[in-house]
Amino acid sequence: MTEGNEQEIKAIVFQLREEEYAVSVTQVRGIERVEHITRVPQTASFVKGVINLRGVITPIIDLKKRFSMEATEFTDSTRIIIVYIDGMEVGLIVDAAYDVIDIPHDAIEPPPEVIGTVDVDYVDGVAKLDSRLLMLLNLEKVLSNKEIKDFQSVEV
Amino acid sequence: MEMNEYLEVFIEESKEHIQSLNDNLLVLEKDPTNINTVNEIFRSAHTLKGMSATMGYQDTANLTHQMENVLDAVRNQKLVMNSEILDVVLEAVDYLEAMVMDIAGGGDGKRDVEGLVKQLEAIENGEAVAVNSDSKTNTSVSNNSSFDQLDQFEITVLQESEEKGYHNLEVNVKLQDACLLKAARVYMVFEILEQIGEVIKSQPSVPELEEEKFDLEFTVLLVTQESTENVEKRIMKVSEIDKVTIKPFNVEGGYSKNQSDQPQPEQDGQVNNDKVAAKEQTTNNQTTTKAAVNNKTIRVNIERLDGLMNLFEELVIDRGRLEQISDNLKHAELQETVERMTRISGDLQTIILNMRMVPIEQVFNRFPRMVRQLAKDLGKQINLEVIGADTELDRTVIDEIGDPLVHLIRNALDHGVESPDKRLEKGKPAEGNLQLKAYHSGNHVFIEISDDGAGINRDKVTNKAISNGVITNEQAEVLTDSQVFQLIMESGFSTADTISDVSGRGVGLDVVKNTIESLGGSITIESEAGKGSVFSIQLPLTLSIISVLLVEVEKEKYAVPLSSIIETAIVNKSEILSAHNKKVIDFRGKVVPLISLKQVFDVPSSSDEDEFYSIVIIRKGDKMAGLIVDTFIGQQEVVLKSLGDYLTDVFAISGATILGDGQVALIIDTNSLIK
Repeated sequence: MTEGNEQEIKAIVFQLREEEYAVSVTQVRGIERVEHITRVPQTASFVKGVINLRGVITPIIDLKKRFSMEATEFTDSTRIIIVYIDGMEVGLIVDAAYDVIDIPHDAIEPPPEVIGTVDVDYVDGVAKLDSRLLMLLNLEKVLSNKEIKDFQSVEV
Repeated sequence: MEMNEYLEVFIEESKEHIQSLNDNLLVLEKDPTNINTVNEIFRSAHTLKGMSATMGYQDTANLTHQMENVLDAVRNQKLVMNSEILDVVLEAVDYLEAMVMDIAGGGDGKRDVEGLVKQLEAIENGEAVAVNSDSKTNTSVSNNSSFDQLDQFEITVLQESEEKGYHNLEVNVKLQDACLLKAARVYMVFEILEQIGEVIKSQPSVPELEEEKFDLEFTVLLVTQESTENVEKRIMKVSEIDKVTIKPFNVEGGYSKNQSDQPQPEQDGQVNNDKVAAKEQTTNNQTTTKAAVNNKTIRVNIERLDGLMNLFEELVIDRGRLEQISDNLKHAELQETVERMTRISGDLQTIILNMRMVPIEQVFNRFPRMVRQLAKDLGKQINLEVIGADTELDRTVIDEIGDPLVHLIRNALDHGVESPDKRLEKGKPAEGNLQLKAYHSGNHVFIEISDDGAGINRDKVTNKAISNGVITNEQAEVLTDSQVFQLIMESGFSTADTISDVSGRGVGLDVVKNTIESLGGSITIESEAGKGSVFSIQLPLTLSIISVLLVEVEKEKYAVPLSSIIETAIVNKSEILSAHNKKVIDFRGKVVPLISLKQVFDVPSSSDEDEFYSIVIIRKGDKMAGLIVDTFIGQQEVVLKSLGDYLTDVFAISGATILGDGQVALIIDTNSLIK
């Protein structure tokens, strides 16, 4: 574990429907339970709204909507992962979030051409751990403003 | 790196001194003989020189050194301040400002100052000699004033009386040779003088006069409102008086503005020098009193104040929460304590908000320079009047309001005030007036920019609007004046026939309007053709904590700023009329369009429509609209928070706030709902 810094990355694993994803711990600020989310009208459909995160208004994104996956009801295991990118704090709604795991670099493979319905540009790679398959997310791409702007212009 | 810690102080103080240089130089331009101002300027320049030399900014030190030399010459009457010298000195101050800014931005403050230094040197050497010989001839002719020694109090009195429009007269009375009771005559003269004014000093002194220790002549310094002739006539009523000579006495030692019928050469050099000395004493004293006042204030970094404000905002949110909890529990003691806490935190809020208040002077004080320069560039004569510079505004507003004001002033100078010839043609004085006025009223601050120029030409504006397709011919006829004037703030609108450097590219006023509206303010225009226009800006006192009306639409809560609400109403469905397919109501004789928040915000609707509508009447300038909501929750003080960088430009939402229950409520931007 101790010597693993170069060969392993620490990541937080979370679940969307049946699939497991991972984001680097360096980008994660915390994991929260779902509280009241205030809807913000006339924004992109995957923007669920804003929450009060200890006094800071934090936008919340529904990752399943973002990945065009089918929506499910919130359950007890539903969590919000607070990530920090480009000076912004954004919350991501996921079906469940697990502990931190170490992913050895050599277990990571480039993303396959097609993974289900998800467009591959925000998947950095796929890690195979035992029988699990983890998709490593590129959060910059997930949250890219450009794409949001495109979304908005499409909607308008 | 020890210097670093002084650097901040150096920059702050340099800025202050540069500002004071700017201010005082402009004062000096209006009153070039005011040695007091010169001294003030000299002192600022001197301090700047010392500071920058210590900090190792050689260019700054060099420039200030040369500037100081010129000022010193002026101070010692070797040089007479004129517009050309002032221009060079002002340019030097501009350079200094640029250098200090550079240092503040992490630069080394280096700049090529040689040209300016040479110019200043030339002024000091070349012209100084010429003026010097002048003053020498003066010296030989004039030695008439008897009052070469005035103490500080007397000077102050004289200065004050001059400011108040009284005349300072030097009255020389000569008794007839045959006069027997000299002391009695003196007494009678004094009695007359006391009736019409105040005797500041006499030469010889009063005791000496009483003891007849004088020849036939004595001179008094009189402050009066009476004209010279009247004073003379009155004194001549006393018998046994041979001759009365009256001339105006100028405190500043320069040329008097209202020379009497017997023009007398001004004071000799010695008088001046003595006075300068006395004056220096005066100003020194003033600065000591100033320093005493300053001791009661401390400098606080703005970031700390912002930090305090943020913490307090947290407290306000928790206060809201606590209030709600205590309301639910209905525990008497808890309720009492919470009420007390609410009151105290209310007071605290006032204090903190006051701490963030900054006098608008900060913004205003750069305008005199700007107006001077602009007036020169445009070939116009402008008298700028600033009123209410001590009016206080929240720092956040101050930071934003500068540019819009610059724009409006440029606009007023360029389009408003006419050129001197045109003004004279119209029978106005050649010099145009521009007034900048700030004042408090209620929870708002008003800033007015008024000029006595040509005003807005209604026909020109309507024609332009019609040709731009903004309005139709029919509309043009029914629009009120103020509605027409509002048109000039639409984008792409400039009525100036020629586009000038200063303004008129048509990208100005709409930006001004947007900025002001984004600050939660509004702008209105009044104008009368040929008489001038007034641009009036209304701004909220503070931006961070606002009063709102909380409303509910289905399950969602929204906050409407109280400042934009006229009132709330509940109307029956049957009272809602339809015009052009739009829902309207007749509200106090006015047709008010209705906006359904449910539709605008796509609120998921569940229940059937009620028979009664709850309506919030909002306004934007003269226009009104009614927002249909489900229920009114109540009025509350809330902390305005931004939605963050991720969600920008959300339609009709100006921000969010956290309610007592920890939920987020969105704050409605009513301005964007009314078109």
